[in-house]
Amino acid sequence: MRGYAGKFLDIDLNSEKIKEIQFDENTLRSFIGGRGLATKILWDRLGQTWETIDPFAPENVLTVLTGPLTGFYPGGRVCISGKSPQSNGLIGSTVAGEFGIDIKCAGYDGIIISGRASTPSYISIIENQVSIKDASHIWGSDGKQTLKMLTSEGRRELKENFPEYGELKEPSVLYIGPAGESQTRIAGVMAKWTHAAGYGGYGGVMGSKNLKAIAAKGLGSLPEVEDIEKVSELIKAADKDCYKSGLFRSWGTGAGGYNYGARTSSEPVRNWQEEWHDQKSFAVDKFEQRLWVKRYWGDFGCPTTCLKIAAPKTGEFKGSITDNPDYEMQAYLGPNLGIFTPEDNVYLSSLIDDLGLCGIQAGNALAFIAELYQRRVVNKHELGGIEPRWGDTKAFGELAKKTAKREGIGNTLAEGSHRAALELGKKKSLDLTIYSVTEKGMAIGAHGIRSGRDYPANMSYACNVQAGDHTSLAFIPTELENGELNTVLDDSGVYCSFNTFSTGIDLIWDFFEAVTGWKTLRQEWYETNGPRILNLQRAMLLLGGPDLTWKANIDDENPPRFYEPLPSGPHKGKAVDKKSFDESKKEYYDFVGWDKNGLPKPETLRRLGLHDVESKLKKAQIM
Amino acid sequence: MGSRKRIWIARDYLKCSGCRKCEIACSLFHEKKIWPEASRIRVFMFVPGAEVPHLCVQCEDYPCVQSCSFGALSISKKTGAVHVDGEKCTACGACIEACPGRVPHLHPVKKSILICDLCDGRPECAKVCQKGNWDALQTVTRSSWQIFKVHARKPEDITRELVNNLYGEAGEEYV
Repeated sequence: MRGYAGKFLDIDLNSEKIKEIQFDENTLRSFIGGRGLATKILWDRLGQTWETIDPFAPENVLTVLTGPLTGFYPGGRVCISGKSPQSNGLIGSTVAGEFGIDIKCAGYDGIIISGRASTPSYISIIENQVSIKDASHIWGSDGKQTLKMLTSEGRRELKENFPEYGELKEPSVLYIGPAGESQTRIAGVMAKWTHAAGYGGYGGVMGSKNLKAIAAKGLGSLPEVEDIEKVSELIKAADKDCYKSGLFRSWGTGAGGYNYGARTSSEPVRNWQEEWHDQKSFAVDKFEQRLWVKRYWGDFGCPTTCLKIAAPKTGEFKGSITDNPDYEMQAYLGPNLGIFTPEDNVYLSSLIDDLGLCGIQAGNALAFIAELYQRRVVNKHELGGIEPRWGDTKAFGELAKKTAKREGIGNTLAEGSHRAALELGKKKSLDLTIYSVTEKGMAIGAHGIRSGRDYPANMSYACNVQAGDHTSLAFIPTELENGELNTVLDDSGVYCSFNTFSTGIDLIWDFFEAVTGWKTLRQEWYETNGPRILNLQRAMLLLGGPDLTWKANIDDENPPRFYEPLPSGPHKGKAVDKKSFDESKKEYYDFVGWDKNGLPKPETLRRLGLHDVESKLKKAQIM
Repeated sequence: MGSRKRIWIARDYLKCSGCRKCEIACSLFHEKKIWPEASRIRVFMFVPGAEVPHLCVQCEDYPCVQSCSFGALSISKKTGAVHVDGEKCTACGACIEACPGRVPHLHPVKKSILICDLCDGRPECAKVCQKGNWDALQTVTRSSWQIFKVHARKPEDITRELVNNLYGEAGEEYV
């Protein structure tokens, strides 16, 4: 097989057994890698008991997978999956960096981790030397300190193992911060200080496994491909397309911080009470001119380098370091908290990174509690003396620290907005879910749908198998360039989907053919392989459990807030029209072969060879 | 006329985006594979943001060539680059120790030393960096007014200074 290293590591932390396993060609061809292959692995291992598995129990399986295009198509990433403590389904959550390159160069396409280590540990992969090492001395450290310690340990180990080689580059590291250690549901798997696989909450899953980090170093080449000359030409073609992308190259996604507020009116402001602001103080030029110490920053093979490094050198937030921040961090740790100053936003983004929280989930939860404070549903006393007034950066910072450590109110916020709304609502006999802007337990991306001017459609979040994930939305047809079948493909080939905006889908398929040599893959993908992965993900999402389950159709719903008319801005008065939402939802169900209640039709599952999914859904009385 | 002007790969670490396209271009050119550790230029990242593209500077006195007891290293008359004769190299590591920047390293499979050969005058790494307008690497004329050996430094030493430049005092604790 071309494009694959051919082996996967299967690590059981209970027994400390480390195995090398393989998947046959048919499996890889059908499920590709990354998110696709994770659905196969998770379904085979946990499918029959899915609804009973606690995502934080040792039984949960955490996958860290590359895809055949990792390292070839520009923008290296790696995909983290498992049973998600947010949606209780499976989320494909990718993070940028060289980790995927390093494991492939070490001879592995991915790592499958189950069980729980008896003490804080990390996995070290140096070529084919795989070991489980003590991490007690690193446990409790924030992101920057964690990476420092693991980089220096890794370098020392390389020097000991390969003294004759001269200087070797450092290992790549995936790690968790304190928020992952304390098993919050809103922790990311982190890389390179500022990169996060945020959606899904797999930082907490790593924490539940007592797994602080995975460090990997490969000395070999990326795997053999079908046609290296062609791959080399395609890289040049992709680069050329991406170099033309002025927006992402120049400002990253951060240009959105003003645009989505002022123009499209779809940016969360004060917990989505509004979606409009006209604060030029928050426009990207202020970040650019005051704070960026590195103008172009990227990961393996990336021609776009949409990241920028922000580091205030004066003022009270001196010492903070983060990237851009990108649009999501700008929005969720800016206007959504009533903050419109770049330095404050960079401070919070840096803090969230260090704590190992997902910025989207955390920013959503912090705004949720601030709205409860605004509405006097909770008081200072209940918040441990903190008063989260809109725009009070330091108060939000203190709440974030409590959340990461599950202290006081932080223990509630660590559950994410939806579960926090249920818990506090029960305590106060109030329906607080009306203030939780979430989809099936996950905070949604910072792109609102009320104004109708941003890219998501009215059912994009509600019908999404990744719940709130704004990078994998439901559209009709699913074959659209940003439709689900293509975003699943990005997460399964495992490369940066933001570069695909510049290169288009045809070039991606050319890459697949030149790398794998599988000539009819494109046709197979849209007919069967892609829909099979989507339906498997849907099945796991509907099985859910054990703490919460989602009902098809009833829970395929927008957050209540999206039905409240926008109170301000050029699109004042607009809201999601329930009738037209219901119509497009039904149209979507029909398009993907689900019945009017959102359940996969038996013939759909049978056509895709998912007979065991059908019988499981029937046994669980879902179908 | 007569004497051809020699080139140098100028490096501006602060502009390095960390995209590692130089490693990809170098290894595709020399190895016909994407192979970061077999690339003659390698981007070290001990601290995020402080990416260090590390490659030979062609010291005026070529301590690596002098250190080789097997005649495996020679100086290209055309470019001034150090050429490695893989047949003669015993991977003894003397050149690594002799280099003030510890630039030479072992090929992971062939077990002979790798040193930048300037792609015989048209370096692929600088080309790809220029294509992307990063300007971290640039092919320039090698001036006789400069002592290039001062640029041969270990990745960690360069990192320490870059971090200071990028992050000020805040960066010191991360090195």
